[in-house]
This record gives sequence, C-alpha cells and structure tokens, in this order.
Amino acid sequence: MFTFASTQRRLMELKKTALNQWHHENGAKMVSFAGFDMPVRYTSDIEEHKTVRNGVGIFDVSHMGEFMVRGPKALDLIQWVTSNDASKLFDGKVQYSCLPNDQGGIVDDLLVYRINGQEYMMVVNASNIEKDWNWLNQQNKVGADLEDISDQVSLFAVQGPHARQALQSLTELNLDEMEFYTFQKAKFGDVHDVIISATGYTGAGGFEIYLKNDPAVDLWNKIMEAGKKWDINPIGLGARDTLRLEMGFCLYGNDITDSTSPIEAGLGWITKFTKDFINSAGLRKHKEQGLNRKLVGIKMVDRGIPRPGYDIQNGSGEIIGRITSGTISPMLGVGIGLGYVKTEYKEADTNVYVSIRNKCLLAKVVKIPFYKG
Amino acid sequence: MNIPEDLKYTEDHEWIRVTDGEVLVGVTDFAQTELGDVVFVEIDQNEDEIAKGDIFGTIEAVKTVSDLFMPISGKIIEINDKLESEPELVNQDPYGEGWMIKVQVTRPEELDELIGSDGYKELIGN
Repeated sequence: MFTFASTQRRLMELKKTALNQWHHENGAKMVSFAGFDMPVRYTSDIEEHKTVRNGVGIFDVSHMGEFMVRGPKALDLIQWVTSNDASKLFDGKVQYSCLPNDQGGIVDDLLVYRINGQEYMMVVNASNIEKDWNWLNQQNKVGADLEDISDQVSLFAVQGPHARQALQSLTELNLDEMEFYTFQKAKFGDVHDVIISATGYTGAGGFEIYLKNDPAVDLWNKIMEAGKKWDINPIGLGARDTLRLEMGFCLYGNDITDSTSPIEAGLGWITKFTKDFINSAGLRKHKEQGLNRKLVGIKMVDRGIPRPGYDIQNGSGEIIGRITSGTISPMLGVGIGLGYVKTEYKEADTNVYVSIRNKCLLAKVVKIPFYKG
Repeated sequence: MNIPEDLKYTEDHEWIRVTDGEVLVGVTDFAQTELGDVVFVEIDQNEDEIAKGDIFGTIEAVKTVSDLFMPISGKIIEINDKLESEPELVNQDPYGEGWMIKVQVTRPEELDELIGSDGYKELIGN
C-alpha cells in the first residue's frame, strides 16, 4: 500500500534548517529525517544524482551536528573517544573517525576538524546528536570543554567535478590548492569565519561549507548565482544516499550501528591500535580472533534491487548474511547494496543470492566503490 | 496535480479506466510524484482471479518498494510489457503509457465502490 508522509498527519513538530522556506518555495518534496523537515528531492533523484556526478550540486545538510571540543585536554578526550589517531591532525586537517562504544559496536561515525591544538570540531550524524552528546559528556573524565553548536550552524555541501569553479568567485582562497580533507576558515561571499572544507559524502569531489545560521540563506543564494554558469542545482537527501552508496560509504543506522564493529564494517583503516581508546583492547582481540562476518559490496547480476533487511543466501539456499543498504545505481543502472556476509563469502567475485520477494536472485560480491568516476 | 475526471480511483492511489467490462489500471500522478523515479515494475504471474485488495505486483522507486493492490476483483489479461524496459513511463505518463495491467472484471458491482475524481482530490488534500 502507498502511505505517503504528506498524506499523514504530522505527529511531531519537526526542526527546520535556515533554508527550510527556500526548499518549500523551490519545489522540494520534504520528508521527516532525523527529526528535521528536509528536502528529499527537488525534481528527480536520478537527475540530481547525475548532476552531482557530472556537474555540480548543492545540498543543505544543516541537520548534521557539530560539537566544539576545546581546552588543554581537548586532544586527550578526542583520542579516548575516537578510533582514529587524532594526534596525526594538524591545524586545518580533517579526519574521518568513529566513536566506538564499550560493547564492540559503534556510537557514531564522524569527522574531526583540528582548528588548533586546543580547539577541535566534531561533525556527527543528525540522528545521533543527543546520543553522542550524552556519550561524550559521560566519557569526558579529562575535563575538556564541550559545546554543542548544532543549532547555530548551517552546513552546505557543494559537490561535483565543477564545484571548485562554481565557488571560486566567492572567495580569495585558492580552492584549487586545497587538498582533500583539509579546511580553511576564510571570508566567503560577504561572510567572515566560514569553514570551507574539502570533504564530502558523494565521491564526486567538492566542498562542505560551515557557517552561522543568520547569513545562511543569503550565502546559499550567492552560491546558486555564482554557480549558475556551471548549472548548479539543489540536490535532495535521496540523491545524497544513492551517491554515497555508489561509493560504498557506510551510513550510520544501516551499515554501522551500536552492534556492528568497525573492523567488520571495513573501518579497520580508521581503527588505530597505536593508541588506547574506548574498548580498544576488545576491538583488538576481536580483530585477532578473526571475524565472523564482513561488510561487502553486493552487485546484482539478475534484475532486482537489494533493500535493507533482505537475506543473502549461498547456492544451497543457506542464509549467509543480510543487506543493510541498497538501491539502484543511477550511474550503472543495476541494483547495488552493502551487506554483512559470513567471512568465507567476503571475497570479490563470489556468487551470492539475494532473496527478493521469495525469489533468489543472483548477485556478486564486489570491491567498492561500485562506481569509479 | 493531474486528476482526470473520467477515471475512478482507490485509496491506494491507483486509477481505473473502464471500457466494456475490461479495465486498465495504473498509479496516479500523485503517487508517481510521491514515489519519485520509478525504476522497476513487477507484475506477478497469475492467471487466476485475484480478489480486490490482493497484491498483484510491486513498484520500486529509487528509495522505496511498494505493493500494488487490485482495485477490483478480476483476472489480469494483459500486462504493459513496456514497463519492463521503460519503468520511467509511470512518471512520464501515469494515465497513458504508464498503465500497468488490463483486468477482466469478475465482480462489476465493485466498480461502484471506487472513488470519483472529486473524492480522490479530497483524499490527497488537493
């Protein structure tokens, strides 16, 4: 049955980003996401996806959470709560990391920004802001200064091969010289102290832009204007999800959760046992003992679309895993997904079957990313 | 929102066009807008009578999977094969080339239970 959000009564008051009215006025289909009223698409998921892959698009992702960690103990707290080694950061450097829990799972995945040696910013998933905040405060035995600035900050992602050109006229920073996973605080448009970060969740290249809420609508309009000759378009969360999935990036709540370990999720590369952190001993043991399951890319051979919760089977019909994210790949035109499988099925090219509406459809385990631009 | 007056509708956002005991069935303009890009339409193989309200297939958009329900009891006598290679027809022409099945109606009295265009307009709050 079709049940559509817009035909249902809204039971709870949704939070709004500074751009909320703009989205409504510009034809976005809005959905409830992580407690926010967010644009899922403006025109077409597939068109918006291709706009980002081939040109440039702008996303309002102001629902994301930002925490400031300050003071002489800032790094100590970050080293304790995150799995990656934040001591490798320098001023202006960003790091992808995760917050392990003490049960072998993951509280959240996040970006850590080093503004200076005594000031860091953590960027967390909107759906986890409250959980993360409570967790950090509970773990803050060293006495770092913590501040949740999520409600004061807007965040735009300008992504795609033309992102640099689209933005360059708005800043004196040389965007071409910015390396991947670095950031600068600079004047952008007419706004001071904007964080321009060479990061993103699309695999298409581009920037993420953090600023205060007040000038957000104005700057968004300036970016739309400056990007006009590069055919910039607004992009919804629908395309954000298909873009990240084509790259095989994990989504918290689907592919990584409170009960998946970073090792089995393929996040061993951000799990550094060269330092002590929450449950580092447990995770090290888990790694040394060998994994029971592994998150892998699944690409359909038969016609069908894997979806979260679908069983993965071997040739004898035995259930060997489960899909955690799935969609049709707009660039490849086939069903793709991520899922956990028993480790003996983790190698690329292994034949597996996805159970879709009582049919077992052939698929292959593949290396991620699914799409290489 | 396009809601043709000569069609009948269901609460599941399907439309029905009646011609001489046979009916064409598809999903409404509202439904395709809400779903977004339709990427897969699968009609179950079934030559028997299917009761009103039973599932006759599945429609998949980029992000969602939805069942399709028989708006009226009957036998499926034709399937729109074009949708196999061009599911986007459901978005482009929901009341025309995006039709899904042709049904031989077995309980014509059920036709009276369907919603008219005004009622459907009201249902979707238009």
